Amino acid sequence: MAATFFGEVVKAPCRAGTEEEEEDEEERRETPEDREVRRQLARKREVRLFRRQTKTSLEVALLEKYPCSKFIIAIGNNAVAFLSSFVMNSGVWEEVGCAKLWNEWCRTTDTTHLSPAEAFCVFYHLKSNPSVFLCQCTCYVAEDQQYQWLEKVFGSCPRKNMQVTILTCRHVTDYKTSESTSSLHSPFLKALKTQNFKEPPCCSLLEQPNIAHDLPAAVLSYCQVWGIPAVLYLCYTDVMKLDLVTVEAFKPILSSRSWKGLVKKYTRGNMSADGPACACRISPRAQRY
Amino acid sequence: MTDNVPAVSVGNVGQLAVDLIISTLNMCKIGYFYTDCLVPMVGNNPYATAEENSAELSTNAEVYSLPSKKLVALQLRSIFIKYKSKPFCEKLLSWVKSSNCAKVIVLSSSHSYHRNDLQLRSTPFRYLLTPSLQKNVESKIKSLNWEEMEKSPCIPEISDSEFCVRVPGGGITKTLYDEGCSKEIPLAVLLKFVSEGDNIPDALGLVEHLNEWLQIIKPRCDDPTASALPWKIPSSWRLLFGSGLPPALF
Repeated sequence: MAATFFGEVVKAPCRAGTEEEEEDEEERRETPEDREVRRQLARKREVRLFRRQTKTSLEVALLEKYPCSKFIIAIGNNAVAFLSSFVMNSGVWEEVGCAKLWNEWCRTTDTTHLSPAEAFCVFYHLKSNPSVFLCQCTCYVAEDQQYQWLEKVFGSCPRKNMQVTILTCRHVTDYKTSESTSSLHSPFLKALKTQNFKEPPCCSLLEQPNIAHDLPAAVLSYCQVWGIPAVLYLCYTDVMKLDLVTVEAFKPILSSRSWKGLVKKYTRGNMSADGPACACRISPRAQRY
Repeated sequence: MTDNVPAVSVGNVGQLAVDLIISTLNMCKIGYFYTDCLVPMVGNNPYATAEENSAELSTNAEVYSLPSKKLVALQLRSIFIKYKSKPFCEKLLSWVKSSNCAKVIVLSSSHSYHRNDLQLRSTPFRYLLTPSLQKNVESKIKSLNWEEMEKSPCIPEISDSEFCVRVPGGGITKTLYDEGCSKEIPLAVLLKFVSEGDNIPDALGLVEHLNEWLQIIKPRCDDPTASALPWKIPSSWRLLFGSGLPPALF
């Protein structure tokens, strides 16, 4: 409880999260029917990996089934658009799996033809080098599903000889700085890397007290704990919906040593209709002003 | 060996206190408590003192040690996923038991608005000891004149309710204490009654209180006018209340 300046006593949110006593009370009052509902909800929220072409589940973790030297994960619309435009356009990628999950914020669908508006989490490997994997994830993976997602994708025997790159966006108001966030020139890129990632990152490191959350944090934590070289590139932007200027902010990553060979060299002269559209169009952001 | 563990509790006081201990004693990270019970988060070294050591990645649950003082600290940096707090307590106490710690100290806090009249008039600090620790440290604790956490009605709405230990706002504190009692773990709880707000002074108060017992830091005996012990504020405590304000506001 807290008192406001106007003399009201209100229930303030507690940083302890759910009050332990409330959870205890809830569990004590649970009937067998409540427990069954909880079990069914947990089953509904399970993360499953399957092949859309054959509609069969993957019996083992994705990276236990296939050898992997490089794994690039795009989480969120803008990161996914960046990989689609610059990386997937530069080679032939074959779908190897799809994650099916449900939560209050999104539900992935298992139809073969996805519309851009639908949430998805699809895994590909490069046909010319099948140890290079890519994940396009636009669905929100809830906190109780993140650990399951890691188990289904990475498995219980993590390979230390692969390198992981994660791309995602956060709203610029999440970025803590002594200046006002309104004075920051967004979008801008920041990096977090694990101890075993030896390559210099393509941008400056994320300064304390800033932190990363959700699935990107779950993947990076997993890699840090298991000694896998990994880097997370966070793009801070003021436009969380699909935005061409935000997508372009990821471009410095294209010059990474580990991405050599994955990306076609684009110049203004040889850009085709299939090439990165964002490079040659005026961004809608500029048109607004 | 003493193991210090924070409970994620009101004002995050336990966690702030453990931050102060790790930062001041320059404890070394020796491992991770990798679990599916805590919400994932990562950031760079929260105790960085220079450019060189600022790029070490930190996760949501890490173990630090200071062998010279036989001290180990477990820092928890995020909240529990729903229904996962009890499994976490079981895993934590199982780890503590297997590591043969001489004692475990849980640093925590409790809602100050839950205090009764007697508690309002007394010190804001309280302690609890499991029976297996009581015999070893009770005389030391008594010599410090510390107050034991009072029992309160288990069900406040019922007038003839039984009395038990309750720690409102204490997160997993009560569970750890109860499990510590039943599993015969030498466990102590040290908590402060606090309200949500700027809880840095509460954290400083809690570590000073702990220091009365453990003597982690010796006072500066050469300067009798020094009012406080030299606790080092971690660099990650910057901007606790958000970014700078837009000048246009004024």
